[in-house]
Amino acid sequence: MRTLPLGERDRREMLAAIGVSSIDALYAEVPPSARREGLLDLPKAMPEMEVERRLSTMAARNVTAGSAPFFIGGGAYRHYLPAAVDHLIQRGEFLTSYTPYQPEISQGTLQALFEFQTLVTILTGMEVANASLYDGATACAEAVMMANRLTGRKKTILSGGLHPHYREVVETYGRFVGFRSDAAPPAPGAREDLAPLVDRDTGSLVVQVPDFWGELADASSLAQACHEAGALLVVVVNEALSLGLVRPPGEMGADIVAGEGQSLGNPLSFGGPHLGLFATRERFERQMPGRLVGETVDSEGRRGFVLTLSAREQHIRREKATSNICTNSGLCALAFTIHLSLLGEKGLKTLARLNHEKALQLCERLQRVDGVQVLNRAFFNEFTLRLPCAATPVVERLAERGILAGIPASRPYPDRAELSDLLIVAATETTSEEDMARLEKALAAVLR
Amino acid sequence: MSALRFSAEHEWVKREGDLAVVGITDHAQSQLGDIVYVELPQIGRRLERGKEAATVESVKAASEVYAPVSGEVVATNDAIVADPAKVNADPLGEGWFFKLRLADPKELDALMDEAAYSRFVEAQK
Amino acid sequence: MSKGTGASARTTSGHQGLMLEERLLFEEDTPGLCGVDLEEPRGLPDRLGGLLREGAIGLPSLSEPQVVRHFTRLSQKNYAIDSGLYPLGSCTMKHNPRQGERLARLPGFAEIHPWQPLSTVAGALELMGALAHALKVLTGMPAIALSPGAGAHGEICGMMTIRAALEAKGERRRRVLVAESAHGTNPASAAACGYAVEAVPSTRRGRLDRAELEKRLDGDVAALMLTNPNTCGLFEDEILEIAAALHDKGAFFYCDGANFNAILGRVRPIDCGIDCMHLNLHKTFSTPHGGGGPGSGPVALAASLAPYAPLPWLVHGENGFALVEHRTGPAERAIGRIKGFHGQFGTFVRALAYMMSLGADGLRQAAEDAVLNANYLKARLEGSLSPAFPGIAMHEVLFDDRFLEESGVTTLDFAKALIDEGFHPMTIYFPLVVEGAMLVEPTETESRASLDEFIAAVKALAEKARAGEAEFFHAAPRFAPRRRLDEVRAARHPVLRWRPPAGTEPAGS
Repeated sequence: MRTLPLGERDRREMLAAIGVSSIDALYAEVPPSARREGLLDLPKAMPEMEVERRLSTMAARNVTAGSAPFFIGGGAYRHYLPAAVDHLIQRGEFLTSYTPYQPEISQGTLQALFEFQTLVTILTGMEVANASLYDGATACAEAVMMANRLTGRKKTILSGGLHPHYREVVETYGRFVGFRSDAAPPAPGAREDLAPLVDRDTGSLVVQVPDFWGELADASSLAQACHEAGALLVVVVNEALSLGLVRPPGEMGADIVAGEGQSLGNPLSFGGPHLGLFATRERFERQMPGRLVGETVDSEGRRGFVLTLSAREQHIRREKATSNICTNSGLCALAFTIHLSLLGEKGLKTLARLNHEKALQLCERLQRVDGVQVLNRAFFNEFTLRLPCAATPVVERLAERGILAGIPASRPYPDRAELSDLLIVAATETTSEEDMARLEKALAAVLR
Repeated sequence: MSALRFSAEHEWVKREGDLAVVGITDHAQSQLGDIVYVELPQIGRRLERGKEAATVESVKAASEVYAPVSGEVVATNDAIVADPAKVNADPLGEGWFFKLRLADPKELDALMDEAAYSRFVEAQK
Repeated sequence: MSKGTGASARTTSGHQGLMLEERLLFEEDTPGLCGVDLEEPRGLPDRLGGLLREGAIGLPSLSEPQVVRHFTRLSQKNYAIDSGLYPLGSCTMKHNPRQGERLARLPGFAEIHPWQPLSTVAGALELMGALAHALKVLTGMPAIALSPGAGAHGEICGMMTIRAALEAKGERRRRVLVAESAHGTNPASAAACGYAVEAVPSTRRGRLDRAELEKRLDGDVAALMLTNPNTCGLFEDEILEIAAALHDKGAFFYCDGANFNAILGRVRPIDCGIDCMHLNLHKTFSTPHGGGGPGSGPVALAASLAPYAPLPWLVHGENGFALVEHRTGPAERAIGRIKGFHGQFGTFVRALAYMMSLGADGLRQAAEDAVLNANYLKARLEGSLSPAFPGIAMHEVLFDDRFLEESGVTTLDFAKALIDEGFHPMTIYFPLVVEGAMLVEPTETESRASLDEFIAAVKALAEKARAGEAEFFHAAPRFAPRRRLDEVRAARHPVLRWRPPAGTEPAGS
């Protein structure tokens, strides 16, 4: 077996060195009734090529984003990944290292994470960022819990434009951690007024920019309403690329930004692993969840980086920790950092503008289709259509024609009949004119 | 120094009239190592004996500081917030944490004197 | 040591041969450059509702060669399992087969979207089904929740299902017992789930103290969280009695599966009376840890907890697998969603590839070799170091610092000296149940020669410590990219991001 370097002779001699006669002796402390003598009912070892063949067969049963005109977003976006990103994250020194517990021999990971933290603060317009969480949804729940700790309150208000998975994760945590979440109903196309809901019991208000329906709205007035009531504003960003073109949450008065960073550096990968972004104000840094990398010097006075403010974390604070998180999304954060380094100031702005323009062009085409109405006033690279009929069968029929058309609102909201005719569509730099023309034509045909 | 009283949680108290000054002991600071962060109670907060009053953190540990006696916080030592190393350098002096207006001075009687505290620390080793 | 007297002062550039210094990205900023060639936007009028980002963002600008060199140089400052023995106890740093990397990057896996119609992702669901099946067989448990993002996330997920099951019975229990030797995530997860946490001490044999457990066990206890094999590297030999005691009081048995690697194919958790256990795919099934993540922490659930598993559920539908994404039908009692989308799919691909490669026989062999390697290390080192507990170890072996008594050398110093010898140190100061802990987990992917080399280095260092060469240890590491870093300074005056030097701030940032 290619991953096991011990030979039979090694095993014999090592058992002798230990002073036992067989490997079974090393399992002697397992109660007899819990021992398994024979092999478990799984296939035996397989040649590498056979594994490749079988898994490739499974992969081939999926329709891939690159093989079809593709318009799905909703918190995970298809973008072009420069080859250098994937090449660099596969360097074994990054790929196969652990959490940087020994800083003297982990400066690569630590410096990259320090750069990541800095890039996240720059993008979001915030003051400090952590070294990543699992994904945007869990980052959102962590943000709400942090706001509860900071305000001593146990209620959060969730915008109806919040990604439904993020809302559901917050609700699950709320039930068990012990806080209340009041979610506004999803109301695409209508202007939501959350400010009157913020009262003296409210710890946080969570809004998403752009929201799940693609709509862009300024959260500044909500920040003001929150601050007047002693609550904190959490802004969720689940298309990180939008920050290249849209005013950042920091400039809108956000206290905490919880985001999804997949768009930069990371493939769709059927929804994970993705990358939770988390940024806040400096005065809240000791209440942050997750790891933080800080700058310091070594004994020769040279700049170096270490994990710091660890007394917040579970390995020291145990049941009093700010979060139970340990493993995060380190390699995804590295991919994000490399992709953003390649793009730089000009590249990010250009890429973001390209996304917006593709969406403008797509919008232009789709509103020409009979019976289709665009609900958004403003958007970045995604918007919502009202179709003259239920969206789910339309999406299925388009899929049969080889087009992945978007997200029917019924998928996350099956019980809301008023949303059943809504379809959320996204365009990115990868969307070609031809893709758009095919969708326009096919949609018209399916609706006819 | 004989006026100092000590708790089993390694806090010291010094009575000043109807006030009491509170800090952590030399033993406590040496166990924690280099202190990097101190969080003090708000002035005006009423502390209950035995309940959490402040937090100290070193690089590798975090610890609660409990109120050794009950009372209302009337002053806090902001100098140790700005420079936590003062707690290591002079725990019984410049490294004090906060001052309380004693709710019940008799509570002091339940605490250890210096000799008893030394024996207590020795016994813990 | 003051600045300028160290080895770094010996070269003009600051580089030392292959140890190349590298500035921060932001210090390599060359305005105007771009490392990606993009098409030009057309200049269409925007539809951003007045929210156009004004001014400079403040990002650094670099070309592709600069970026590649930057990150290549950074990578060279990392120790990795690819470069050498990485015996971090309880972390299971074993070789990561590269086939998983290639397979996870197949367009059919990497370029599929979680919101795609399920009819277009049949292969992905099949893969999740195959992984869940294998995990069921290995644990003996009837249900697997795939979505948790890592071990700690699996813990909180498991504790949520336990609380939901108790509440469904009308029971509001308030306490969770956690072994003193547990990972910090255990108490943190239980507390996050709304429980008061109480520690249960270990015996002098390094096992959970059953008498102490039973003292604390009453109708108010929701669960015990225990790692098995535990973090002292020992099998909890009273596990059946512990399970019986818990079940007798109506409490659940949560097992932290971080150390599952030791017993793969030889012991099924279900046969130990365990109700709930997370599996760290990035440990046991060898998906790369990437400098801190991503991981994946599926949770194996007994029948009593299965109805509460988080959404989504993978079920057998009319035409193959289907996903239940809402609290309907079979998933009516689900606790809800704990993560976006369907779990760490890319990690599933790698873990399944690993399991298929090794198979039932190879997984069992891997566990046996992991245990053999750990016991070999123990046998060869027990004369030089001080094992915390006598007898057989499982996949990792715990030493304490008694062998350093009077030497003036601490566990930390010893670890730093190992760095100079070319090894990643073991886990230190954990578990908390012994003084100056050193927890060594070699894993099954180390050859005997590699172990012998490590043993020789450790023995020589122990000899040096005994010989009174404390200064040698205090000065270590000497040959790493950095010498000891000032963690006190980092924590007292946190600098968590780069800031432009005064006066050079780019407009708009």
